[in-house]
Amino acid sequence: MTRRLLSSSSLSILVIFALFVIMFGYGSFAYTGFFAVQNFLNLFIDNAYLLILAVGMTFVIIAGGIDLSVGSMLGFGTMVAASLVSKQHLNPYLVILIVVAIGTLLGFFMGCLIQFFDLPPFIITLAGLYLARGLCYVVSIDTIAISDPVFEYAAHHQFNVIGNNFVSPSAVIAIAVVLMGAYVLRFTRFGRTVYAIGGNEQSALLMGLPVGRTKIGIYALSGFCSGLAGVVFTFYTLSGYALDGKGMELDAIASVVIGGTLLTGGAGSILGTVLGVLVYGTIQVLIVFQGTLNSWWTRIAIGFLVFVFCSLQRVFEARKGTAAVRSVSQETQGPAATARVG
Amino acid sequence: MPSASSWSRNRLIWPLAALVCLLLFNFFFTPNFFHVEVKQGHLYGNLIDIIKNAAPIMLLAIGLTLVIATKGIDISVGSVVAISAGMVAIMLGGDLGGVPLYPLPVAIAAALLVSTAAGLWNGILVSRIGLQPIIATLILFVAGRGVAMVLTNALVIWIYVKRFAIFGQGYWLGLPFSIYMVAGLLLLTWLVTRRTAIGMFIESVGINPTAARFSGINAKNILLGVYVFSGFCAGLSGLVVCSTVMSADGNNAGNLYELDAILAVVLGGTSLNGGKYYLLGSMIGALIIQTLTTTIYAFNVAPEISQVVKALVVWGVSLLQSESFRRQLAGLFVKRGAVA
Repeated sequence: MTRRLLSSSSLSILVIFALFVIMFGYGSFAYTGFFAVQNFLNLFIDNAYLLILAVGMTFVIIAGGIDLSVGSMLGFGTMVAASLVSKQHLNPYLVILIVVAIGTLLGFFMGCLIQFFDLPPFIITLAGLYLARGLCYVVSIDTIAISDPVFEYAAHHQFNVIGNNFVSPSAVIAIAVVLMGAYVLRFTRFGRTVYAIGGNEQSALLMGLPVGRTKIGIYALSGFCSGLAGVVFTFYTLSGYALDGKGMELDAIASVVIGGTLLTGGAGSILGTVLGVLVYGTIQVLIVFQGTLNSWWTRIAIGFLVFVFCSLQRVFEARKGTAAVRSVSQETQGPAATARVG
Repeated sequence: MPSASSWSRNRLIWPLAALVCLLLFNFFFTPNFFHVEVKQGHLYGNLIDIIKNAAPIMLLAIGLTLVIATKGIDISVGSVVAISAGMVAIMLGGDLGGVPLYPLPVAIAAALLVSTAAGLWNGILVSRIGLQPIIATLILFVAGRGVAMVLTNALVIWIYVKRFAIFGQGYWLGLPFSIYMVAGLLLLTWLVTRRTAIGMFIESVGINPTAARFSGINAKNILLGVYVFSGFCAGLSGLVVCSTVMSADGNNAGNLYELDAILAVVLGGTSLNGGKYYLLGSMIGALIIQTLTTTIYAFNVAPEISQVVKALVVWGVSLLQSESFRRQLAGLFVKRGAVA
C-alpha cells in the first residue's frame, strides 16, 4: 500500500494536494473570512474557463504535444459568441454550438497539419495563436456587450449547494468537463492511446494503436475545450473583447505541469490538473486578501511553483534512473563486483 | 561555378527566395515602396523602416539561433526584454529635466547585467538541473513579466534623458543606429562561433548531446553559455525597444517578441530539432516577417489582418520546409506506372 502511495504519479498528486491544503490553510489563519465554503466554491466559479482549457491541455501534453493557441481561441470564441448574439441576434444555443464547432474545427485542422506532414506542434499552434488573435480583431476591435437573456441567466444564476453557498452554471459546466475528461482519459481506448503515444510513439504504432487518429483527436479536443472555455468566459464577463485570453495558454500549461503531468508526455492525470488550477486560483485569492501586493506577484508565484515542481520531478527521475542502473548491474555482475565498486 | 543542384541544396536559398518574392511583389504593387530619400540628414523610406523595426527581433534572433541549435528553446526573451527596459528606465529615472538618476553607462550596464543574469538562470535550469528548455524558460516567461511589473511598480516610466534616444531612434552615417548594433552583434557572434570550434560544438550538442559529451565536449557549459548569450541579446533588444519609445511598459514591452524571434529563426532554415544553424538565415527570416508586416500596412489593410496573414505564412512556410509535404506534393506529379 505504501509502495503504491509513494509511486511517482501518486506522489506528485499528494504533493500538490498538500500544497493546496497548506495554502488554503495559511489563508484561513491569516485572513478572516478566508475559511469559507463559498471561498472554496469561488475557486471553481472564477476559474471555470481555466479548468476547461487545462483539461484539453492535459490530453495534448500527456501525448507529448503542446497547444499554444488555446488562449487566443478562447478570445476568438468570446468574440464570435458576442458578435453573433448581439449583432446578428441568433439563437443563443445555436451560437454556443457554433463557437464550440469552430474551435473543434480549428483544432482538427492544426492536428491534421501536425500529423500528416510531421510538423512541430510548437510552430503550428503558435501560428494558430496568431491566426485566432488576428481573427478576434477582425470580428471587432471594440468590446461587444452581450445582453441576451440566456447568457445573462448563465452569468447571474446561482445553484444553491451546502446551505447558503452557491455555484454558477459555468462552474457546473467546468466540473462536467473535468469528470468527462477524467473518464475518457482513464477508461476509454482513446485515453489509453494518448498515454501510449506519450510514452513512446514508435512502440504505440508498432502495437497497432490508432496513433494518427488519436493525435489529430487530441488537438481537436483541445480546440473543443477552447471554444467551450470561450463560451464560459462570456458567461463570466457578459462581453466579447479581442484581448480576452491573452497569455491563458501559459496559465493552462503551468496548471497542468504543477498538477504532475510530465511535459515529455506519458504521465499525468486530470485530478492533478484540477489541483493545479485550484492552486493557481488560491494564489490569486491570497493576493487579493493580502490587499497590498501588486497582483503581478501571482505570475511570479506561479513561475516559482513551476520551477519547484519541475525540479522535484527531475530529481525523482534522476533517482529512479540511478536506482535502476544499480539494480541491473547487480544482477549482471554479481555481488562481488558491486562490493568492489560500492 | 556551383551547379544548380548545389544552389537548391543551400538552406539559405529558400528564405532568400521568399524575401525576394515579397520585395518583388512590393515592387510591382506598392507605389514608392523602394523610394528612399534623405530627410533630416538620414535616409528615409519604407526599406529603412523595415530594417529599423526589425532590429529588436533581429537581436533576439541571433541569441535564439544558438539556443535552438542546441535543440533548446527560449520563450522567456520577451519578458527579459521587458525586464531590461524596466531596469534601464528606473536607473535613468523619470526626471523631466533629463538628468539621469545614474549615469547612462551605469544604467545600460545594469540592464544588460540583469538580462544576462536571467539568461544564466535559464542556463542553470537547463544544464545543471536538467529541466526541459521549454519548461525552464516558461518559468521566466510567466514570472519575468511579473518581475518587470514589480520593477516598474506597474507604471509606464517615461525617460527624458536625450542621449538615450540614440539606440532606438538615432541615425549614424544615414542609417538607423540599431542596425549597427545588429551588425556588430552578428559579426561578433559569427567570429566567435564560426572562426573557433564553438559553433561546431553547439551544433554537435544539438544533434547528439551524448555523442558530444563522449567526444570530450563540455555539453553542460555549452548549454549554459547559449542561454546566457540569449539573455544578453534580450537585454540589448530591451534597450532598443525602450529607446524607441523613450519609455518602459512592463506589460507590453516585448509582447509576443519571442514568437516572432522563434519564427524568424525557423524561417531562416535552422531546424527546431537542433543541429546546423544559420545566423544569416535568421536575419533574413526577421526581415521577411517585418517586410510582410510593412507590406500589409502599405496596402492600408487593418493591422489586425497582419496577424492572420503572418499565421498563414507560417503554416505555408512550415509545409514547404516539411520533407513529407514536399514528397507528397512531388508524388502528385509522378505519372502512374512511371519508373522512379
